[in-house]
Amino acid sequence: MRKRRVAFPPIYLAIVLVLMYLPILMVVLYSFNDSRTSATWAGFTTQWYEKLFRNQSMGQALLNSMQLAGWSVAASAIIGTLGAVGMSKARFRGKGAVETATTLPIMIPEIILGIAYLAIFTAIGLPLGMPALVIAHTTFCVPYVYIIVKGRLVGADPALEEAARDLGASSLRVFFTVTLPLILPAVLSGMLLSLAMSLDDLVISFFVSGPTSTTLPLKIYSGLKTGVTPEINALCTLMLGTVFLLVAFSQLMSAKRVKSEFKGGTP
Amino acid sequence: MSDILLSLRGVSKNFGEGDVLRGIDLDVRRGEFLTLLGPSGCGKTTTLRIIAGLTGPDTGNVILEERDVTALPPEKRNVNTVFQNYALFPHMNVANNIAYGLRVRRAPKQTIRTKIEEMLALVQLEGFAKRMPAQLSGGQRQRVAIARALVCNPALLLLDEPLGALDLQLRRQMQLELKRLQEKLGITFVYITHDQEEALNMSDRIAVMNDGGFEQIGAPDVIYEQPATRFVAQFIGQANLMEARVTQIHENSLTLLHGDQTVLASAPSDGALKAGDSCLLCVRTERLHYAEMPHAPFTLTGMVMENRYTGGALITRIRLPSGEEWTAGGHGRADEAPAVGSTVHLWWDPAQAAVVGGGRGGA
Repeated sequence: MRKRRVAFPPIYLAIVLVLMYLPILMVVLYSFNDSRTSATWAGFTTQWYEKLFRNQSMGQALLNSMQLAGWSVAASAIIGTLGAVGMSKARFRGKGAVETATTLPIMIPEIILGIAYLAIFTAIGLPLGMPALVIAHTTFCVPYVYIIVKGRLVGADPALEEAARDLGASSLRVFFTVTLPLILPAVLSGMLLSLAMSLDDLVISFFVSGPTSTTLPLKIYSGLKTGVTPEINALCTLMLGTVFLLVAFSQLMSAKRVKSEFKGGTP
Repeated sequence: MSDILLSLRGVSKNFGEGDVLRGIDLDVRRGEFLTLLGPSGCGKTTTLRIIAGLTGPDTGNVILEERDVTALPPEKRNVNTVFQNYALFPHMNVANNIAYGLRVRRAPKQTIRTKIEEMLALVQLEGFAKRMPAQLSGGQRQRVAIARALVCNPALLLLDEPLGALDLQLRRQMQLELKRLQEKLGITFVYITHDQEEALNMSDRIAVMNDGGFEQIGAPDVIYEQPATRFVAQFIGQANLMEARVTQIHENSLTLLHGDQTVLASAPSDGALKAGDSCLLCVRTERLHYAEMPHAPFTLTGMVMENRYTGGALITRIRLPSGEEWTAGGHGRADEAPAVGSTVHLWWDPAQAAVVGGGRGGA
């Protein structure tokens, strides 16, 4: 009886992990498969990667995606952080409603957001393309930064900022020397999440990208119409690798921080 | 230069749930160690925050060094604070925590370096400059917080229950160190605590607070020996209180009537009491003695209810004929305890029994 209870969780865990990672593993495997069709394994090759790197339009799409992610992550980091810091200090009627309104876009289906951006950009006459993409991506990334930074601020000791002011620091100085260093890990997490959201966004970009600013997901999607090529598998593998590296980096950072914060132990 | 460093004039504060401060007045003398003592919720932390500028008063003025600073933000006041939980910057090492105030004032690098060394030596933390706050013990953090607050030579140092988080032994040691530090530097301290022992140990003057106002402001011995109000008598030390009526006034003493028993107490210095007035008598437990035979020029009998030996002191509960229960506790051995149920004669030195509100330094 007891033995069965112990044996069940590992089996369950194994099933879940396999179901989660098997499809991803297939993509990685096929990217090294020396066969045009995905059905059979015909030996190891790196030719798809070589082909991918020679593909000019694919390179342009990657560049577009990176540029888009860079701008929108930077903008949403600033807007989201300032918003969270400001709202944590603000006291006014209807604050709860404003907070809900700030984070609601996360719950709105992307397809609706996409249509909404298209409608507003057309209405104000903003041409579709990179600026429109940056505005749209920033808008849906801000809530992620806001929520994560807000969470960190809730646990922060208000006496730290008071101590800094007490020692003579101006509000601006308090923000840069005390508040920002303390919430920096949260800001970075928010930025990483925004980066991931921006890089893999297909639906919203589909509506506002226009003809000249094709992003990587859009490029992959249009490529799919002619079937999954091993080239796309190779591209997906590279993107996966990048994501894993980023996650590993952020985990390493937070592990290091936890270690330094608790080193020596508290009495 | 005026003798008064800081004055509060008619300061009140209301956070929307009743008055936290009810128009208080306070004068802090240059170089003194003043303690705000009171139970939690009495308004002492709010008073401190108003002095620091972290909270604005609803009415009244804060006057620091003869200048009205009521409207000045904390960063513009020559006052520094040691916060309750130290509030050390967790992302800076000890040296950078201490240097913060100097860097804000753009002090030259060389000055900062010398000052850090100086402060570390002052609080006996040489060699800890590179440690992070998380690597320090509670007592060490406490010292860093004090060094950080003192580095800019404030006219006034505010300390908000700085020893509250430390264990008893360390607290006693830090009390001594803080007092020595204050005497050495000559900086005015305004110190908050709810611990009466701490207040009596360290202060030049104690301001006893209750319910948003001052009950009594005076030297520790005056507060203890001549409590101005029932609250002060009960909050500080162990007091036996007795409602009585003045029957006779002598040069140095009073004759009081309690029920049908006559007792003696010291005469109030202000001479405000007249024969026939009712008053409240306060006899400290360690000043209340008993014997099998009548002892003093007055007799007050009581029945022994209970004895408790607390190591070094014998605490005896005695019921008076009026039904009140008093406590006598002084030096005594457990085998000296009177039999429970026996009748004893209570006595005290009239000079050591004060009428509440009859002394100097009333609120």
